Amino acid sequence: MPALARPELVALRTIVRKEIRRFLRIWVQTLLPPAITMTLYLVIFGRLIGSRIGEMGGHDYIDYIAPGVIMMAVITNSYSNVVSSFYGARFQRYVEEMLVSPTPIGVVLLGYVAGGVTRGLLVGLLVTLVAMVFADLRVESPLYTVAVVVLTSTLFSTAGFINALFARTFDDVSIVPTFVLTPLTYLGGVFFSVELLAEPWQSLARANPVLYMVNGFRHGMLGVSDIGPGVALALTGGAAVALLVLALLLLHRGVGIRS
Amino acid sequence: MSSIEPLHRSPPQSSRPPPALAVEGLCKTYASGLEALAGVSLEVEEGEFFALLGPNGAGKSTLIGIVCGLVEKSAGAIRVFGVDAAASPRAVRAMLGVVPQEVNFNVWESPLDIVVNQAGYYGIERPTALARAERYLGQLGLWDRRHSRARDLSGGMKRRLMIARALVHEPRLLILDEPTAGVDIELRRSTWRFLTEINASGTTIILTTHYLEEAESLCESIAIIDHGRIVEDSDMKSLLNKLHVETFVLDLATPLGSPPDISGYAVRRIDATTLEVDVERDQGVNRLFESLGRLGVSVLSMRNKTNRLEELFVRLVGEGRAQQGGRDAGPR
Repeated sequence: MPALARPELVALRTIVRKEIRRFLRIWVQTLLPPAITMTLYLVIFGRLIGSRIGEMGGHDYIDYIAPGVIMMAVITNSYSNVVSSFYGARFQRYVEEMLVSPTPIGVVLLGYVAGGVTRGLLVGLLVTLVAMVFADLRVESPLYTVAVVVLTSTLFSTAGFINALFARTFDDVSIVPTFVLTPLTYLGGVFFSVELLAEPWQSLARANPVLYMVNGFRHGMLGVSDIGPGVALALTGGAAVALLVLALLLLHRGVGIRS
Repeated sequence: MSSIEPLHRSPPQSSRPPPALAVEGLCKTYASGLEALAGVSLEVEEGEFFALLGPNGAGKSTLIGIVCGLVEKSAGAIRVFGVDAAASPRAVRAMLGVVPQEVNFNVWESPLDIVVNQAGYYGIERPTALARAERYLGQLGLWDRRHSRARDLSGGMKRRLMIARALVHEPRLLILDEPTAGVDIELRRSTWRFLTEINASGTTIILTTHYLEEAESLCESIAIIDHGRIVEDSDMKSLLNKLHVETFVLDLATPLGSPPDISGYAVRRIDATTLEVDVERDQGVNRLFESLGRLGVSVLSMRNKTNRLEELFVRLVGEGRAQQGGRDAGPR
């Protein structure tokens, strides 16, 4: 994308600011639930059941699942923020405020994705603070950890945007998170190491893209992973770029925004 | 179809500025097969207050949607102040302000946020945006409600909020799609005054409306669209001159048992103190009043039975539909 000129930066700042204010205004719906849900995961799976499981990957079970639980919160919140916000803008037609303006459509995409990433990271930070109460958290590779979480959040924010472009009803907004995102996340190695799975399930699990992100994040924090860290980072980054390009192409074709 | 002039072209040789809006051969067929526009061409001069009229479903909103970039055209060309909308859509959008027919803002946001954010989409820095929001929300009587949730505003306030939002980037061409629909008469007249001032300050205005009185009192030029075609495009005076017969209602001082017989005029008795008279344009009303005076009929007041533009509108649209019906009924 070419460098943004001053008016485009003002437009981008406006969209990001609006998006952040939106999820902060309804923090009881956007920030509190993931913090409570993830606390329950850590207490029930990590503390109560985890104490009977013992170690996994050379770490206490609760320490092992904490990065996955944080990543799960980042993924679901990045996605749901953008899909609900942009579909809401389409449904109430205030997306037209941007479409009739000179704001380039790529800036609109960037603004919504940045809003989703901000919520994803903020929720990730909240869950990390909660997890620190229960688990012995540390960060082995800070830069790598930040890169994986930002790229993952970008990837799922963009996926949420594409979902919002195609959605015709509020049902369409919840179908993908319920029937695709949740199973992929739960089967993506949040609570277990894929090494525990027998074939062909292990190979099948390796086809799940969420596995690479969860393990990349776990590598950054704990230094252990079922997946090579380079592969995890490249796949996450590549998928994020591919989805951004796809979203841009759809927007330029007017999908979901022009009749 | 003539070719489109290149963008960023040198100033035209003639002193006549390019029209604020030039639409040429505009067609739109939706994916459903519905043909909303069938070759619309019209020009709106800079500084005009222009009325675009038409019955429901005539193609007005589609035309506006294409001009402001919300609807993809099937064919044709649009230039705004000489700039080709297909080649430079962003430059065109920067010159346009749009007030849609339906509410299209986030009802959970405040009027101040809605207007300031809109300025942001046009690249206007926040301090300038805040100053302009204060000016336009103030002029439209919404400044006191700037922190309310937009959903709590009345219908008339919501419409004025959309006008303030459309003006915040100070567009050269303002397009209003039914801006006073459902608004009470007092508010409607204050909106008219405001729009007249905006127009007087140099902003070209295109207005669609169902209130023909609104079009007649505000607009100098008019186009009537029906079935996706322009059926009339002229200045208001010439259009009203096409009205050959006007019907007047006379309120009488004393009751009459039967309608008076006045040669050359069709006079009908509506009730004991009300008459209706058809007057052809070249007849005038002097002879009518002389005859009534001779017959001892005293007239208290006189008014048009319907708005003159309304009579013309109904006639033109009716003629257009008759022709359409004739074409449709022809050999296949």
